[in-house]
Formats: sequence, structure tokens, C-alpha cells
Amino acid sequence: MIALPEPKPEVLARRDAILAGIAPLVGPEAVIDEPHCLRAYESDGLASYRQAPLAVVLPETTEQVAAVLRFCRREGVRVVPRGAGTSLSGGALPLADAVVIGLMRMNRILTIDYVDRVATVQAGVTNLGITAAVAKKSFFYAPDPSSQLACMIGGNIAMNSGGAHCLKYGVTANNVLGLTIVTIEGEILALGGAHLDAAGYDWLGILTGSEGQLAIVTEVTVRILRASEGTRAMLAAFRSNEVAGACVAAIIGSGIIPVALEFMDRPAIHACEAFAHAGYPLDAEAMLIIEVEGNQAEQDDLLARLGEITRRFDPSSVRVAATPEESAAIWKGRKGAFGAVGRISPDYLCMDGVIPTSQLPRVLRRIGEMSSAYGLAVANIFHAGDGNLHPLILFDANDPQSMAKAEEFGAEILKLCVAVGGCLTGEHGVGVEKRDLMPVQFSPADLDQQRRVKSAFDPDWLLNPSKVFPLTVAPPVVRAA
Amino acid sequence: MTDIEAPPDEAGVAAAIAAAAVAREPLSIIGNASKAPMLRPVQAARTLSTRELAGITLHSPAELVLAAGAGTPLAVIEQALAGQGQHLIAEPPDLRALLGTAAPPTLGGTVGTNLSGPRRIAQGAMRDHVLGLRAVNGEGIPIRSGGRVLKNVTGLDLCKLIAGSHGTLAVMTEITLKVLPAPERTGTLALSALDAATGVAALAAALGSPYAVSGAAYLPEQAAVALPALAGLVASPGVALARIEDFAPSVAYRTERLAAELARFGTAQRIEDRESRTLWQAIRDAVPLGARPEDAVWRVSVRPSGGPRVAAAAAALDGRWFFDWGGGLVWIAARADAAAHRAITEAAGAAGGVWMLLRAPDALRTALPVLPPVPPVLGRLTRRVKAAFDPAGILNPGRMYAGI
Ligand SMILES: Cc1cc2nc3c(=O)[nH]c(=O)nc-3n(C[C@H](O)[C@H](O)[C@H](O)COP(=O)(O)OP(=O)(O)OC[C@H]3O[C@@H](n4cnc5c(N)ncnc54)[C@H](O)[C@@H]3O)c2cc1C
Repeated sequence: MIALPEPKPEVLARRDAILAGIAPLVGPEAVIDEPHCLRAYESDGLASYRQAPLAVVLPETTEQVAAVLRFCRREGVRVVPRGAGTSLSGGALPLADAVVIGLMRMNRILTIDYVDRVATVQAGVTNLGITAAVAKKSFFYAPDPSSQLACMIGGNIAMNSGGAHCLKYGVTANNVLGLTIVTIEGEILALGGAHLDAAGYDWLGILTGSEGQLAIVTEVTVRILRASEGTRAMLAAFRSNEVAGACVAAIIGSGIIPVALEFMDRPAIHACEAFAHAGYPLDAEAMLIIEVEGNQAEQDDLLARLGEITRRFDPSSVRVAATPEESAAIWKGRKGAFGAVGRISPDYLCMDGVIPTSQLPRVLRRIGEMSSAYGLAVANIFHAGDGNLHPLILFDANDPQSMAKAEEFGAEILKLCVAVGGCLTGEHGVGVEKRDLMPVQFSPADLDQQRRVKSAFDPDWLLNPSKVFPLTVAPPVVRAA
Repeated sequence: MTDIEAPPDEAGVAAAIAAAAVAREPLSIIGNASKAPMLRPVQAARTLSTRELAGITLHSPAELVLAAGAGTPLAVIEQALAGQGQHLIAEPPDLRALLGTAAPPTLGGTVGTNLSGPRRIAQGAMRDHVLGLRAVNGEGIPIRSGGRVLKNVTGLDLCKLIAGSHGTLAVMTEITLKVLPAPERTGTLALSALDAATGVAALAAALGSPYAVSGAAYLPEQAAVALPALAGLVASPGVALARIEDFAPSVAYRTERLAAELARFGTAQRIEDRESRTLWQAIRDAVPLGARPEDAVWRVSVRPSGGPRVAAAAAALDGRWFFDWGGGLVWIAARADAAAHRAITEAAGAAGGVWMLLRAPDALRTALPVLPPVPPVLGRLTRRVKAAFDPAGILNPGRMYAGI
């Protein structure tokens, strides 16, 4: 288990006074402190870690967020921002002496502008909620994490979330034009707007993916895009991971950037097929799902080119969807992958490393060897175009040894990702989960520079502490110029 | 003329900065100084150049990545990419003609200024495609952020802060970019005889269509007549241009459909592949602006529908202008004086946008803000972030803001 810091005894001792101080700022009904009600906020998507906070506060306006942060700053109270709590890295995990600020009541869509193609929404609007609000005009918000039904745009900003379609449309950072943030000092700042390329330092860029370390996001302006005329998928199965990997390289090398390019290894294919009955080829060692866009003729043209490329790699089977329904069938297994694996084993760790795509065969071979050595099964799902690997490690949470082994196995995979030129996390964030691995990827100087930026925003390190940065070193002080 | 120091490697850059930090001696940071006339002049006795850190260190076409020393000329990178059928996604401009400089722009300068071309509207800015970088901070300490893979959310994304910081936070030594296959074909539709507001409306319709428009410009007649690719296609008051880039059959199909969809704005003329490429290169480099030597040049970024208002302010000054980014990027050339600056920046502010004084005589760019002044709270954050990288304040002091 990863260590959490000792709660500050003086804060725990002042609990009642702190709650009494916050209640008038947001209204008493917006403060949750009953132990049984706090249980719903004890953990996030990294469910093996649980900790009830001091209290949960649910503000409804940016001004309320500012008032609460000003109060917490003055009183030295730690703050954990929270959206939907779907983080897979423990990013929203509470601390015993912290106040959780939940943004879920800030769930209004503020403006939609189809002429300038932007929408401004509050941080608690769900990812899919944005697309749903603009779908009637055939527009959409591009980044599409699999958790999009639940996860909130504020959480997406904090994690710089991606999705299956980000190879073509980019991740959150590439789709955000404006933010309203509240600093730990309780100051409200409007950054960017409906225009491209904000002036001055790239505040949007540093805040996106900052995991609640720098400020609380209350409003977001995103680009909305007109959907293409249609999409269609094909499936190609191969006799080895190597061959499938080579086929991915050949596709990208041919100049085609599919909207999605997903890879599944044999265990993943079997798990998904047993769950979804999507007709996946059980004899295959690896499988690609490739999706293209455009009108019927454009799709036909691209699928023909892709068919030609895949045939050069001796596929064991190829299936090209003729209709949207057949596309949906191809996607059905992949989309249910987490549920499918959850059925084989109620407990699994979803890892999120990134590797140079050319390293795929080597990395999968090593993961297979480690799987045998640890005695834990693993299924690999891979956003093949961009190198984002999701090994799902199956374990038994009732057996502490099994969980410890799974965590160790996961850490070994991530170290391997870094060793072959990749990184620890492609979309789930560092959170608590990968905090202590940061020195594997970064030198002390690299980390120190990041910590100094953290200090520039949050001098007392009250925002989401004990995440992202290893606990070992005292926070650096930035001499305010 | 100041001394130019051009270390051969990152260690040399680090040593030079460390020495300057100890001596509290400001450094002017350049690649080849092709953009030196931009923003505010830096008062520094010494200049540090990255030009010797040149060369491509990694190009893996199938992984869509390229890494190069910060001093690598952009043209070298573009050529290497073209050799593999790839290109720089953000289509960065070559502003030498506009800025009156000659030496080839470097990768470091291009990322450091975060300047992007027409494709910005569809596929992101220069900073969006920076996957990783190595840099030396103001204490002379080498740091690394990001990496060489396409997705990476490990830790704070310092790449974003450093890109576009105009050399005021750290000196980049090596940059890794995402690159993409270059399109097989490009095609452009031209809708002539439109005024600015109607032109922008036509471009909004094009950008809001399902046809993946990757360039959207409006040129008033005066700006358009300078371009050979538009000969015979331009009628007063101006022309709206929409570009599509993709495989040949897609370009053929989509330009036809788009022309039909835009029929209410007039009959679209088609500009084919080669002329289309020349045309957008000229737009990229602000050739249509036709800035006179005595003019100052502004680059204003607003929501696209706000462009015409800003253009009206420029026109009222007898300035020249045109739109890129569907109306969202307003290029302006006008009298180089404080009154013109006030009129243009107020119009940009009123439209909710931001601006950059891209070119002006030294006296003017020293005396006036070259970027929108930051409000007090953000100013405090700006200073703290600057101090987090460069506590002695020696890297390009005053380049973005007086006193920072
Ligand atoms: C089944 C499943 C599938 C998933 N698939 C994907 C996927 O495909 N791609 C992907 O990228 N992720 C995926 N995730 C991870 C997760 O959904 C994302 O990280 C998501 O962005 C988190 O949003 P949230 O609202 O749940 O945030 P939370 O989990 O509540 O918080 C996440 C982090 O953001 C901070 N935070 C939240 N709101 C704010 C705010 N307003 N201001 C400042 N900080 C804030 C929190 O402190 C925390 O550090 C998946 C998760 C699950 C459970």
C-alpha cells in the first residue's frame, strides 16, 4: 500500500470549528460531515484505497468555491477537489484532515455558440453532457474517455483525459480554450476565452493535467466540433503480437490516421468475447479495431486501403463492417472490456503506461514473462496509434498478498514503459498510485522544477497534497519576485 | 552589437546561464534571431544562442515523432519530414519578410513564440504538438519535461509553460514534436465579392460543416490582389477562402459538397492543388498584409465572429488587414504610433480577444505594452512562475512585459 501523510492533529482537533466556519459560506445543507454520508466520498476509481475526509463541501458557485478556499487557506486546512470520483490513480482520494470540495452541483451548461464553435460549461457537467447538449446540431466534444457518462469536465481538465478517438482529435489540453479557476488564495481568474492561443504564459496548458495541484477549476470553455458524415470500423486478427504491431506501423506509415486504432492481445480478446459475444476471433494472438470517417465513398476508399495493408501481414481474419450496426458489433467487445475483465476477476488494476509503438512486441513479451513470474493473469488493451498501453492485472483483493503482488507487477510494467522510452501514465494521471514512481521517469532537477511551479500556485501545499509528488522531500520555497 | 555566445552542447548552455545567474547578468536568448524584432527589445549586454544545438536527433515516421536540437533550422526539419511524406502539423509561419530578418528560423524560436499558421484552426497550435523538451532554467540547471510518446500526463506539463514563453522561463535545447502524414492533396474554395462580415459567416459555415476544413481566411480585395494564385478570382469587397486537405478522392468529394453547402454565399471557384499550396503558404506568412516598411504590425486573436469589429478599427486608421482562422486571427498593419496601438488593442479587448504587437520601431515597442497587460492577481502568478524558473530574472528580461 502507498503511504498517506499523517493528518495534522491540530486540524483534526478543530474539526467542529472548521465546519462551523465553512457552513455559512455555502449554506449548511452543502456541508456533509455525517460519517455514513462521507462513505460515498471515501475513494475514487482506485477503490482499494479508502479514507474518509474531514468533510465534503458542495458549492454551487465560483464565489462559494473562492470563499471556502480563502477560509481553508487561512486555517491551514488541506483541500481535495473532486469531480465524479472516477479517477483510476487515486487523484480524488481524501485525506483524514482534508475538506473535499465536490463540483457536482456546478452542473450547468452556460453558453453554446455554434458560429464560433465553443461551449462554456461549469466544471461539474459530465463529459458526455457536453456532447449531448450539442448533438442535435451534429456537433460533439472530442475527447471521449470510456468513463464519459460519469466523469466531469473539471476532472477531465485536471487529468488531461483522453479517449479512443484522441489519435485524430487530441486530448483535453488540445480542446480547451478558456478556464475560470479559483486559486488557493480564493482569487477568481478568467483565463483564455473563446479565442485561440491565450496571451502571456500558457496557463491553460499548465493547468490541464495538473491533477488539482494548482487551482480549482469552476468553468470551462471548450471547442465543439461538427461531426463527420459517418464512421465505420474494421477488425483484423493476426497470428502474433509482432505482426499486429508491424501492421500498425505500416498503417501509420501509409499516411492514414484512423480515428481509432485499438489493439487487443489474446487474453483481452478471450475476456471480451466471453462477455460480449461480439464474434471475436478466438484463434488469434492479437486483434486490431480500426475506425475511419467520412461519407460512404470515403469510408470505402479508406477501408480498401487499410484492407490492402492488413493483407500484407497474413491476417488470420479480417472483418469489414458494411453498416453502422456491424461497426457497433465490432466495438461492442472493446467497449465492454473493463466489465469483461471484471467478470473473470472482480479485482483488477488498470495500468496506463505509454510506450513508443515500435516497442509493443518487446513490451508484451516482457509483460507475459512477468505475468508468469508473479502468477497473475494480465490482459492488454492498447491505443495502438499513440502507444497508450492498458494492461489489466487480475488479482484477488481479499488476499492482501495478491494485491501487493499486483501492485508490484504494475510498478514493474510502468518501469518497463519508461525504460523503453515511454512514460508512467498516458491518461489516468499520477495521483497516489504512481506518485512514488515519479523518480523513475524524472531526475531530481526535473521534479524540483515541477514542485517549484506547484509552490508558485500553492505556496503552502494545501491543494490535493500527497498526490503526484513523492512525499520524501520538503516542498521548495519560491522567492516571490 | 552584443557578444553572442553559442555553446556547442547543453552543458555549455547550462554553464553560460549558471555563470550569468551568479553574476546577475541578463542574457538575451536567441536561436538565429530571426524573430528578434518581435515583442519588446531585451536590454542585455550578452546574448546566448542555441544555433549550435542543431540537428535532428530522432525521426520515427511510423511513430509520428521527430526530435531535434533547438537550433535546428525549421527548413531542415520540414525537408526531412517531407522526405517521409510528413509535415509540421501547426504549419508555423516564416515571418522573415515581415520582420526584416534573414537568418533561417530555428525550431526553438518557433516553439518559443508558439506561432502557428492556418491549420491552427483545425489541428492545434505549435505548443499542442510539443511532446517533450529539454531545457536549461535560469539557474543553469538542465531539466526535462514530457518525452517522446504521443500521450503523456506524467506530472505537470512544463512543456506547455515553456513553449510560448519567449525564452523568459528556460532555454530549450532539444524539442520533440508530434508530426503527421502530409495530405496527398489540397484544394481551396474561393467565394468572392463578400464583405468582411459575410465572408466570416461563410467561413463559419465551412468550419461548421462535416468536411474537415483546415484553413479559413478572408482577404479584402486590397490584400487578395497581391496573390498570383487568386488572379482573376477576386472581386470587391473581398474573398473568403476555405481549404480542404486529405486523400485526393476526399478532397474532390468534399470541395464539391462544401461548394454546394455554401451556395447561398455565391458560386465558389475552385483552386487546385499546386495553387492552393502556394496560396496558403502566402497566407501563413502574412504576405497578403502588404505591410509598408513604416507600419507597425499586430496579430489579434478573437472569437471568429469578433474579427470584423477589429478589422473596422484597423480600417478606420487607414490600416491594412486580413483574417485567418475563420476571422479569429486578424493581421493588421497600420501607423506605428501610440494612438493606433490604443485603437487596435481596445477593439481587440472589446471583442474579448488578445493581441500581440508583432513589429514596431524600438522606441514604440519599448514604451508600449506588446501583450495585453495582466491584471494584478495574474500578474502576481506570472512573477511567481517566472521566479520558479528564473529567480535571478536573467532570461530575456522585459521581452514580454516591462519588469518581468
Ligand atoms: C471505467 C473507467 C474508464 C475510464 N476510461 C478513461 C479513458 O478512456 N480515458 C481517460 O483519460 N480516463 C479514463 N478514466 C479515468 C477517469 O475517468 C478520468 O481521469 C476523469 O477525467 C476523471 O474525472 P472525474 O470527474 O471523475 O474526476 P475525479 O476522479 O473526481 O478527480 C480526478 C482528479 O481531478 C481533480 N479534480 C476534479 N475536479 C476538479 C476541479 N474542478 N478542479 C481541480 N481539480 C479537480 C481531483 O482532485 C483529482 O485529482 C476511466 C475511469 C473509469 C472508472
